Amino acid sequence: MAQWEAVIGLEVHVELKTNTKIFCHSSTEFGGDPNTHVCPVCLGLPGVLPVLNKKVLEYAVKAGLALNCKIAPFSKFDRKNYYYPDLPKNYQISQYDLPIAEHGYLDIEVDGRTKRIGITRLHMEEDAGKLVHQGTIMTTPYSLVDYNRTGVPLIEIVSEPDMRSPEEAKAYLEKLKAIIQYTGVSDCKMQEGSLRCDANISVRPVGSTEFGTKTEIKNMNSFKALQKALEYEMQRQIEVLEDGGRIIQETRTWDEAKGVTVSMRSKEEAHDYRYFPDPDLVPVVMDPEWVEEIRESLPELPDARKRRYVEQYGLPEYDAMVLTLTKEMADYFEEVLEGYPQPKTVSNWMMGDFSRLLNANQVEITSCKVSPAQLAELLKLIDKGTISGKIAKSVLEDMVETGKAPAEIVEEKGLVQISDEGELSRIIDEVIANNPKSVEDYRSGKKKAMGFLVGQTMKATKGKANPALVNKLLSEKLQ
Amino acid sequence: MISKKDVEHVALLARLELKEEEKEMYTRQLNDILKYAHKLQQLNTEDVTPTAHVLPIKNVFREDQVGDHLPNEKALANAPDKEGNYIKVPKIM
Repeated sequence: MAQWEAVIGLEVHVELKTNTKIFCHSSTEFGGDPNTHVCPVCLGLPGVLPVLNKKVLEYAVKAGLALNCKIAPFSKFDRKNYYYPDLPKNYQISQYDLPIAEHGYLDIEVDGRTKRIGITRLHMEEDAGKLVHQGTIMTTPYSLVDYNRTGVPLIEIVSEPDMRSPEEAKAYLEKLKAIIQYTGVSDCKMQEGSLRCDANISVRPVGSTEFGTKTEIKNMNSFKALQKALEYEMQRQIEVLEDGGRIIQETRTWDEAKGVTVSMRSKEEAHDYRYFPDPDLVPVVMDPEWVEEIRESLPELPDARKRRYVEQYGLPEYDAMVLTLTKEMADYFEEVLEGYPQPKTVSNWMMGDFSRLLNANQVEITSCKVSPAQLAELLKLIDKGTISGKIAKSVLEDMVETGKAPAEIVEEKGLVQISDEGELSRIIDEVIANNPKSVEDYRSGKKKAMGFLVGQTMKATKGKANPALVNKLLSEKLQ
Repeated sequence: MISKKDVEHVALLARLELKEEEKEMYTRQLNDILKYAHKLQQLNTEDVTPTAHVLPIKNVFREDQVGDHLPNEKALANAPDKEGNYIKVPKIM
């Protein structure tokens, strides 16, 4: 049987974090009452004139530069015509043949190998409104329209068909999200819809250089959904081809609950957008000095920060990659270092228990109750011998829940490590007296019995005994 | 030349229902208009750069400051049907 590979390209829409919409002064704020963040311009009333929000242009250029794109010296807006109730004007203002940025790339890492994925173009456009259905679109008797989102600024980023597997597609989207988030032009929250992704996918025998017929997949609302949908679609296409069938070029939607892609059976004839230049908007001619100003305002981006973590902090590549995946995580890490300058220890805690607790409590690192200074305090308590590493884990759990200072929790719960030799000595004597069998085993050469006695001592002290001291005292006493 | 099929296609995209005689009429009328506009093709444009806009204006921007919104009842005043704060429309697949 032939070996197959996928050919995947992604189209990603990112909502820009401006105060107002792209062509009018209406608010972009999320969650207002329906149809209250609207004005004559975004409602498309007759006789109004859209005017470009300068911040949108700045943010689009910033994102373009962060993605290594060439910024177009001359750019314009076009009308994309289609009739659908989410568009009050019956056209969407977008950019067709002269987008603001082109010819970029980003680097992904899959299985320890770096691969460059091309970015074809990045353009500005307005978002559409929101349709509310009762139940699903299939069962709803009618639709309700909210135009609050109409005119919210978007950038659409189109990749080259450079990805060869669902893993690469996921890695691309993760990297794209990280880069855009670093620039601060968007929150990139997939669940809230400020980052949306469609995929084009086809399959071909490994070694072939021709493209197969592709399908477009929509409605993937998480990284996991993207990967699962593409894995499913890849397999579906392979099966069709191996059965001697052919792939129909069509749009398919990902059904998360059923785990399948379903044909949307849209009439291809309806996809004739008849683009033409929008006469209401004048062309954009970028001032090269302004472009340079925006370039200089770019923060350190994920790749550079990762390299610095390896070189400056001596962290393994993997740690550096995980810590720099989001700007929030990396910023937090560096703040912890200010109070506790031991990168690898901080990295272990952040990638391990801390991340696990954040996930378990479904808390973002930015809204987490534990401040970086408090995490540093906790690590210092371990170094000082006040608490053991094991106790520290349970203290961290309390910190994530309550936001209390580590010292306060240790105090309240009486978790201070027992490092007093006299006190520990008494406890160990009791343990020895209560476990004559193990003591005998140990003395007759079964060194494993030591572990059991250490365990008993920890149990007797509710985990508070200083482990190093317990080992030392037990060895002495068993001589 | 525009054919009746082109007219049917454009009518579908514009959600227009046309009678047979209307299709014939629009095919004829659209062809007349295009023929007239075609005169422009006779101009020699060899040394003329393509234009993106009819006015010699560029870079008109607004600042990112929130202004007044339309009150909901005004925003919905022209809607053919409504429910609560929403505009109500037939479902479209």
